[in-house]
Amino acid sequence: MKRSAVVKSMVSALGALAGLAVLAFPQQAMADIKIGLSGPFSGPMAADGQEYIDGFGLALEQLGNQLGGQKVQVLQGDDQMKPDVGSQVMRKLIELDKVDAIVGLGYSNIIMANLRRLKESGVVSIAVAGGPSPMAGAECGANVFSIAYPNDGSGEAIGKLVQDKGYKNVYLMAPNYQAGKDMLAGFKRWYKGGVAAEVYTQINQTDYSAEITQLQLSKMDAVFMFYPGSMGVNFTKQLKQAGVIGKVPVYSTFTVDGTNLPALREAAVGVISGNTWNPALENPENQKFVKAFESRYKRVPSTYAANAYDAAFLLDTAVRKLKGDTSNKVAFAAAVKAAGAEFKSVRGPFRFNTNNMPIQNYYAFEIVKEGDQIKGKLVATPLVDHKDAYVAACPLK
Amino acid sequence: MLLFAQLLNGLQYGVLLFLLAAGLTLVFGIMSFVNLAHGSLYMMGAYIAASVANATGSFLLGLLAALLGCLAIGVLLERVAVARLYDKNHLNHVLATFGMIMFFNELASMLWGKQPLFVSVPPMLDGVINLFGLPYPLYRFAVIVVGLAVAVGCYWMIHRTRLGMLIRAGANNAAMVGALGINIRFLNALLFAVGAALAGLAGAVAGPILSVQAGMGEPVLIATFVVIVIGGIGSVKGAFYSALIVGVVDTMGRAFLPMLLREMVSRQLADAAGPALASLLIYLLMAAVLALRPQGLFVARR
Repeated sequence: MKRSAVVKSMVSALGALAGLAVLAFPQQAMADIKIGLSGPFSGPMAADGQEYIDGFGLALEQLGNQLGGQKVQVLQGDDQMKPDVGSQVMRKLIELDKVDAIVGLGYSNIIMANLRRLKESGVVSIAVAGGPSPMAGAECGANVFSIAYPNDGSGEAIGKLVQDKGYKNVYLMAPNYQAGKDMLAGFKRWYKGGVAAEVYTQINQTDYSAEITQLQLSKMDAVFMFYPGSMGVNFTKQLKQAGVIGKVPVYSTFTVDGTNLPALREAAVGVISGNTWNPALENPENQKFVKAFESRYKRVPSTYAANAYDAAFLLDTAVRKLKGDTSNKVAFAAAVKAAGAEFKSVRGPFRFNTNNMPIQNYYAFEIVKEGDQIKGKLVATPLVDHKDAYVAACPLK
Repeated sequence: MLLFAQLLNGLQYGVLLFLLAAGLTLVFGIMSFVNLAHGSLYMMGAYIAASVANATGSFLLGLLAALLGCLAIGVLLERVAVARLYDKNHLNHVLATFGMIMFFNELASMLWGKQPLFVSVPPMLDGVINLFGLPYPLYRFAVIVVGLAVAVGCYWMIHRTRLGMLIRAGANNAAMVGALGINIRFLNALLFAVGAALAGLAGAVAGPILSVQAGMGEPVLIATFVVIVIGGIGSVKGAFYSALIVGVVDTMGRAFLPMLLREMVSRQLADAAGPALASLLIYLLMAAVLALRPQGLFVARR
């Protein structure tokens, strides 16, 4: 009696939930291609997640809501930057929604939690914000792509730049987690000079006064920092207030970008950032993208938006190659791989390596003030047509 | 020299914690109300100050707006939600105020967007002071001054005014104060609002140093709870001393522990364990205080 009542209310609750789901995602009439878009759409990294949505959305608008001439339906999945939630989201997109491709995949912690599932599903998966080293190496998959970069790529570029400039004693700082260590390892792969100190701070630390005081008292001739997201705002502001920026050359990756430059403004002037993209890149695709993005969303796009925008044009080219038939997953993945060298990236030269990671240029941008505008200025291209360090471990051909 | 600079850093972090802890400890100690949403008021203070400062160009106006705005939010919050929860148990407080955290975070990202907000250091305080060869940010000195001024103001209010007398009496025995004909509901509302205003001030002051964004209140809230547990719940004096202790211990730990570890173990292990251990220090301190003096270091006498 009691048991059946519980079951009954469970069933009605489920029914209500199902009703909600239908309300929330009205099925578009006869979509030919379903794309899952996953990322951190809520929580502290939501600003980055919004970039995926807007970058991908802008490209779809320009393509008339079609990929390769086929109507598109986009299903969003919010991973909240939590691996357990991310796994549920991926399972839903793959098994329930049966999407043709997943774009986004969130940060490396989400990618690593789902790498095996994505590979086994065979569904074309395109990361727009990362490429952890296992994914580039031994754990690579024929259907798993990164349209972004290997995680340490920009670190390698700055390492090369700092080496070329002839600095002898560099102070390294990053948060104490895998990506932080990978970034500094990438830097040291190319930089052969002395290391004044290698300091790791607690992840999501907000106040860096103690560490900055130590830094000021060391005899370094340059600083390299990696502080993504809001950590970058905190660290850069405090570094500026302590008078370090402007006095010593400060190099960075992912610390000063489109999402947080508006919050930093003058505080970031003089910082040199390694990246694969910036609004300042002067190729026609990029000029068109930046102009359209700014007029559509009233802000400057970030690398994540640019990568998501590229992902849409990559898929467009791949679907066109298959004449709209994405039913064969193996053929679709192969088409995406080939399309990498054909579509026009906003970054300039682009193609996929055998491990489905990008072969691309890595640039260095200096944040400058021009009139009232704070923006990046291309100062060097340390690595041209650069391949990551893990490709040899990947069995793919 | 290095020690002195790090002491200053610790002092600055400490006074910022004190601004938050003062309100929290009073609300907790006197009304026995657990307010997890205190960090949200800090966040609202930072947002209000940033918006007003950016719109008017005056940092001081932003500060004032944050103070008054959070006072108003405090009054509203107390009337609408908190006053209904006083006679419930602590678990209900936790649940309700945890809900408020989500509400305020969502409100902030709806009103101001998900991107962090820009706040500049007021031009007057932009720059560095030369501290025997070490450049030290002028703004951080200003934070210390503001924090100490508020501490003195709190001391004066609590020990020299009639309101302070009532607060002290309320901390000892709220029911008796009520029985003597004092409007304890009004006193509660006032206390809550003042606590909210101090949290707002802390947020406004932290704005130029930190990233102003939704969720900025939670990390600092945890440290604030550590402060009031060490200081003794309900004691503003305790909150002051223990905020300084926590600020200095945390800063010193971050500055010197990794160095110390490097002398003892391999560099790689020291680099990995140092920051983790340093961020644990204040919790170790709290555990030690709880073991030896569970009522806190400076308990309000009962």
